[in-house]
Amino acid sequence: MHPRTKFIIGGVVVLGTAGYLMAGSIQDTAVYFLTPQELEAKVLEDPGMRGTGVKVGARVVPGSVVRDSSGKAVTFQMTDGHATYQVEYRGLIPDTFSDSVDVVVEGRLGEDGVFRATTLLAKCASRYEAAPEGYSKETREGYKSAAPAAAGAEPPTP
Amino acid sequence: MILVGELSLWIALLMCAWSATLSFAGGRLRRTDLIVSGERGLYAGFGFVVLASAGLWTALLTSDFSLRYVASFTSANLPVIYKISAFWGGQAGSMLFWCLILGGYAALATWVNRRDNRVLMPWVTGTNALVLLFFVATTVFASNPFERLEWVPADGRGLNPQLQNPAMALHPPLLYLGYVATAIPFGFAIAALITRRLDAEWLGAVRRWSLVSWVFLTLGIVLGMWWAYVELGWGGYWMWDPVENASLLPWLTGTAFLHSIMIQEKRGMLRKWNVTLVVTTFLLSILGTFITRSGVIQSVHSFAQSSVGHWFATFFVLALVATVVLVSMRLKDLESPAQLEAMISREAAFLYNNLVLVGIAFSVLWGTLFPILSEWVRGTKITVGESFFNAVNVPLGLLLLALTGIGPLIAWRRASVANIQRQFAGPATLGVIAAAALFTLGIRELYPLMTWGLASFVAGTILQEFWKGIGARRTMYGEGVPMALVRLVARNRRRYGGYIVHAGIVILFAAFAGMAFRKEYDVTLRAGESTTAIDPFGRRWTFTSEGLSEFKALNRDVLTVALRPTVDGQPLPILTSEKRQHRDSRGQPTFQPSTEVGILSQQRQDVYLVLAGAIGDQAEIRINFNPLVAWVWHGGILMAIGGLIVMWPPSMRRRRQEGYVAELAPQAVAVSA
Repeated sequence: MHPRTKFIIGGVVVLGTAGYLMAGSIQDTAVYFLTPQELEAKVLEDPGMRGTGVKVGARVVPGSVVRDSSGKAVTFQMTDGHATYQVEYRGLIPDTFSDSVDVVVEGRLGEDGVFRATTLLAKCASRYEAAPEGYSKETREGYKSAAPAAAGAEPPTP
Repeated sequence: MILVGELSLWIALLMCAWSATLSFAGGRLRRTDLIVSGERGLYAGFGFVVLASAGLWTALLTSDFSLRYVASFTSANLPVIYKISAFWGGQAGSMLFWCLILGGYAALATWVNRRDNRVLMPWVTGTNALVLLFFVATTVFASNPFERLEWVPADGRGLNPQLQNPAMALHPPLLYLGYVATAIPFGFAIAALITRRLDAEWLGAVRRWSLVSWVFLTLGIVLGMWWAYVELGWGGYWMWDPVENASLLPWLTGTAFLHSIMIQEKRGMLRKWNVTLVVTTFLLSILGTFITRSGVIQSVHSFAQSSVGHWFATFFVLALVATVVLVSMRLKDLESPAQLEAMISREAAFLYNNLVLVGIAFSVLWGTLFPILSEWVRGTKITVGESFFNAVNVPLGLLLLALTGIGPLIAWRRASVANIQRQFAGPATLGVIAAAALFTLGIRELYPLMTWGLASFVAGTILQEFWKGIGARRTMYGEGVPMALVRLVARNRRRYGGYIVHAGIVILFAAFAGMAFRKEYDVTLRAGESTTAIDPFGRRWTFTSEGLSEFKALNRDVLTVALRPTVDGQPLPILTSEKRQHRDSRGQPTFQPSTEVGILSQQRQDVYLVLAGAIGDQAEIRINFNPLVAWVWHGGILMAIGGLIVMWPPSMRRRRQEGYVAELAPQAVAVSA
């Protein structure tokens, strides 16, 4: 057999294995990444979606955050403006988590309609970009009126 | 100065357009006056970008809050070092920073090579000027750091506390230096395709620039890992986040190129493949920037969504189409004269190395883009987790590790049985013994066993090479061992520098495997209370709390907990972890509270302490034992050192005496000198 043919066979074996691993692990690890509205629709369509692991990207409802004083558990509501879910989370809370940030939670929707999250990622728009919009609106008022409370404490505007 | 900077940016735009037009025209018409003018246009473009940067730095250092950028990323009480690094702390500034580096690289490439390849160089200069034009235009029109606010705030927002870390001051510039350096080989590749100078001529310069990119990317990625580890507080250094993946992708294809180029130099094979890799590496850098800037993919690192994304997407598509058209027009010129002769040969080993590296790159790209792809195909976003990346890349990584040992030692063209026995008998035995020893010590996990076995094998091959080389010098020149070692490396930088890089890789892989044995404890402690924990090595630790304390520092309030650790009864230095609330110069809180972890770093493991919160006088604490983490940093540094050795230019005297590195093909000598 020509060495080139042999190499191609070897290559196909390597890439085939890689492809098989990719396909297999996508089956195992892929999870839906939904908005609350989409989650609601999915659950209506197929009640089996309750209890299936999903990721939900949403915004925390301001004022809904109740932290366990230990700093290791939190409940809050998340919404996309169309549907709202109560979320329970246990574990280390990321530094960036606060009222009205975007979060990505991974977990299951319980029969009681409460979303039990196993991971909580907080994605604050101002984390690396100090949201310039925050400047042009609230913060600006804050500076103008020289009201000290306004400065940086305000969360960036959505 | 600030106004000068702003205007300079516009002039730089014109200069780049000028340089691109004249260089292309000059290259086409072969008119020296146009070519020279094109070169000068590029130097001038770079000069004006320097002026613009000086303007922004002036604004940052003098805290001119009338600029939105300065007000958004600095505050009056920010330490000077972070005022300087705020230059690349936000998007608009990092775009300008990108222009600055690209301008510097492009000017340098033109300056160094302008006399060597008179046919090729105008096209290189023109392509680089065109790329620079794109970046400057994006900066000016979509993300201008000189944009002004309608009013002047009393103070700025300050820099995010998580970016107030020395590593974070260094990590982005290093990464950018690496990303941007991929543009220069791209310029050479396009020029070579246009002029049909596709033999070894362009490879010398391209190899050097690829190495520049590789060294900086390596350092940038490792430093980013270190930053994530000490700053983000989740106890690991890599989570396959899209932004991390974006930096890994060009590194993978760049590494593949640095290997496959040797085959073209030696045997004239793989021409199409090499051009493809050069272009892919650059396009992946652009794609990576697009991913991180456009917000199309959810990442915890994401910058705010911005119009810059569209610019990058457009540029990506244009560059991709241009390259595909060019390559397909030149397919005939890219035919290779030589062919693979045997499966058991260095060529084949290198080809497999390329296949695996590109395979890893593809799977990482696939996993990163999967949410977008699934949305196109099925209408819902589906994400894949860390386990996807690990399931695919751990086996591929192990194959790569094995090839790291095999590739450099196996014979070219066709390896004989004698060659294989001579080169691999010792190292293979070492690998088997190491794996067996670890097995008897009680390690039963398959992947770590394989990793450490293979790592010992590769380490064996490297040591054997050094041993043989030193031995040869000792008999030939009668040198002592240290002198022989230094001269051996100095006289064969490419070869032994490469081995040093491989040694770094071995250490890195061995360290990765250590994380399979990490342990985690969650505890609640009052002052004076203590807790016990068993580390992965079976040693018994006790942690006694010294209690919580609160204090104020320059720009922050701090809540700190201190633990006094002992291991098997031996006392160790105190470990502390802090919660910080940063404040601006008027005492107002800025940003969310941040956590400072405490790390007790030993060679065998890190003890990693996180203060999660406090209830009254009780501290909620997480303690991690992370085996072998220190070796990740050692391995990374060793890789960068190896890369530098490979890259280091030979001294003028030796170059004249012996010609450039003897391994290069004769045609390449003039170019790479």
